[in-house]
Amino acid sequence: MENRKVIIIGGGPAGIEAAYNLALNNCSVTVLEKEAHIGGNINNIVKLFPSFVSADEIHENFSQKSQHENIKLYTNTDITQLFFENDLWHAKDASGETYTADALLLSTGFKTFDARFKEELGYGIYSGVITSVELEAMFKEGKITTPEGKIPQRIAFLNCVGSRDEKVGNHYCSRVCCINAVKQSISIKELLPDTEVFCFYMDIRMAGQFYEELYRKSQEKHNVNYIRGRISEAAATIDNRVQIKCEDTLNQLPMKMTVDLLVLMVGTEASDGTTNLGEQVGVKGEYGFAKSLNLHGADNLTIKKGLFLAGSCKRPLTLPETMADSRAAAFEILNYLNQN
Amino acid sequence: MGKQYWKDYQKQIADDDYFYERSCIRQTFFPGSETAFLKMMREVLGKNIVDDTNLHTCTGIGFYSGVVQLDTTMTIVARLFALMTDSGLKNFVPSCVTSFGLINEVVDIWKHFPEELDKARRFLKEATGREFEIPENVAHPSDIIYKNRKALKEKMKYQLVNKKTGKPLQVVEHIGCHYSKIFPDHVVGSAEFPQVLAGMIDEWGGKVIDYPERRHCCGFGFRQYLVMANRGYSIANSKKKFESMQAYEPDFIVSNCPGCSMFMDKWQYTIAEMEDITYDKNKQGIPVLTYEEMAGMLLGYNPWELGFQLHQIQVEPLLDKIGIAYNAEEKYIGKSGMMLKTPEKPLNIIS
Repeated sequence: MENRKVIIIGGGPAGIEAAYNLALNNCSVTVLEKEAHIGGNINNIVKLFPSFVSADEIHENFSQKSQHENIKLYTNTDITQLFFENDLWHAKDASGETYTADALLLSTGFKTFDARFKEELGYGIYSGVITSVELEAMFKEGKITTPEGKIPQRIAFLNCVGSRDEKVGNHYCSRVCCINAVKQSISIKELLPDTEVFCFYMDIRMAGQFYEELYRKSQEKHNVNYIRGRISEAAATIDNRVQIKCEDTLNQLPMKMTVDLLVLMVGTEASDGTTNLGEQVGVKGEYGFAKSLNLHGADNLTIKKGLFLAGSCKRPLTLPETMADSRAAAFEILNYLNQN
Repeated sequence: MGKQYWKDYQKQIADDDYFYERSCIRQTFFPGSETAFLKMMREVLGKNIVDDTNLHTCTGIGFYSGVVQLDTTMTIVARLFALMTDSGLKNFVPSCVTSFGLINEVVDIWKHFPEELDKARRFLKEATGREFEIPENVAHPSDIIYKNRKALKEKMKYQLVNKKTGKPLQVVEHIGCHYSKIFPDHVVGSAEFPQVLAGMIDEWGGKVIDYPERRHCCGFGFRQYLVMANRGYSIANSKKKFESMQAYEPDFIVSNCPGCSMFMDKWQYTIAEMEDITYDKNKQGIPVLTYEEMAGMLLGYNPWELGFQLHQIQVEPLLDKIGIAYNAEEKYIGKSGMMLKTPEKPLNIIS
């Protein structure tokens, strides 16, 4: 099996983890990443839930793995065309360069929901309305401020923006936003203990290990307030704060509140690469995510010979789930290469 | 997609050859508006628009209040379309926002349930012997004015600018629910941020106020004001909006819905009577205009022909701000030349 070649589209956690495991097993791996750096969405995060481990540490780990001698990494390489010919997979980039291998792994990941589509929430219109990605960028800077550069006195989070929402066509749960809001709430309280923090939710879904404990800690230790209700409207006040309206469905009362920042917990969607390439090779599934052969028994395989899937190109996944899935994908690819 | 992508959304609005459907309530509350619209269309823009004397209700208020059945409504709408068909036109222009919503809703029902269309055709034929075509284009008059806002501006004598300070007038715009919320894709802009009035205000020199309760209901909701016991909800909604806009010191309010215009005008007087407060500095209230009145005013039409004297909140302070000349002595002379009755509190709604 020596020198069997594998192409991996996407140099995020899924792609690098799979590449490393294939490289350890003497495969010659080509990783094609459209951005200038590997790491995917990890690059936008400061600390990871639920452990608050530094994302830089994780990134460094990926960086080291990507330097394995059996891995060839091409950044700024946007793959536009995939095809299977003469028992080989071919990937063509925007400049016309073609890469060829015995097997191909799609690990093109996710993108976050464009909050402008929920226009009632005023994202892109009112400067005090930001996304969880933008808040994370503020954490990177170590400074949380209002658009006027002041310390916010009150911050509200809204869960499920672009998830579980029939109106925008995303019926599914993005799975990571609830715990991410808990993590970000705690991070705010650690930086700004006097700032009031409210989380608006329809359900709090704490299904992962230590998630529930973190949720409890955010309330007991950090005094984060959780209100069951969807924010129906956001508007700017005369002093450029954000007025929000919702129904507190536990108290069964309408409520109105003015906050300095409204943070929209944007859900995950299939990345453009996932949707476009998935459609091209016939594995595009629900909501544009890539469709595996069998969720229960062959979740890294596809209907196409030699084409494999890993990570959140299939559905919303946490980082540990993504990495485990990538190792499983590497195992499936090795099996395939052994048999062919 | 730009930062405010909804601003760029443009609906299909026919260019010419319109069949105009007058409104029941607008002719009562804002009697000069429809006349002004027809005048603008014909004399300023040179458009062909038919104003049919055989028009009748669309049943909108009755239908949305739950007292007129759908079959009846569809048949009556079918008759309106038959009048349009008889005139040889294909572009339907309902003056009232409720009518606009209803017409679009009926057309949409027929699209999804062709058997309902067959039924309406049968009922109309049996009752009147008439036949009809479904309009190719349904546009609200505010859509048409929006579309022609630049051409109208060229003919305007005034701008939405304070003559003394040279600054843009601060304008509250309010969109009727039945314009934007039933079929958001039939809207200029979007359901949350329609551009139809904001676009006129911007073009004509004013500044739109984006106050916190901008998108809140005016309180007109049929089941609120038609049921006496519910009218408290109605005025409470209007009050919430006035309180929210007050800090921005609006020079006037403009709406494209007859209900919104009427209630925001009249409830100010009611609140003044009940609580002895107004939402302007001079205890005169905030004038409320229709979009045709706004356009007509800037074109230099006689304010009394526009029907400003029939507003609850008097418009002279606004005319003075812009520098529009008017003859105060002619204010209450009716179309017949006879004097109309004058209000007890013509200007200051608080004594």
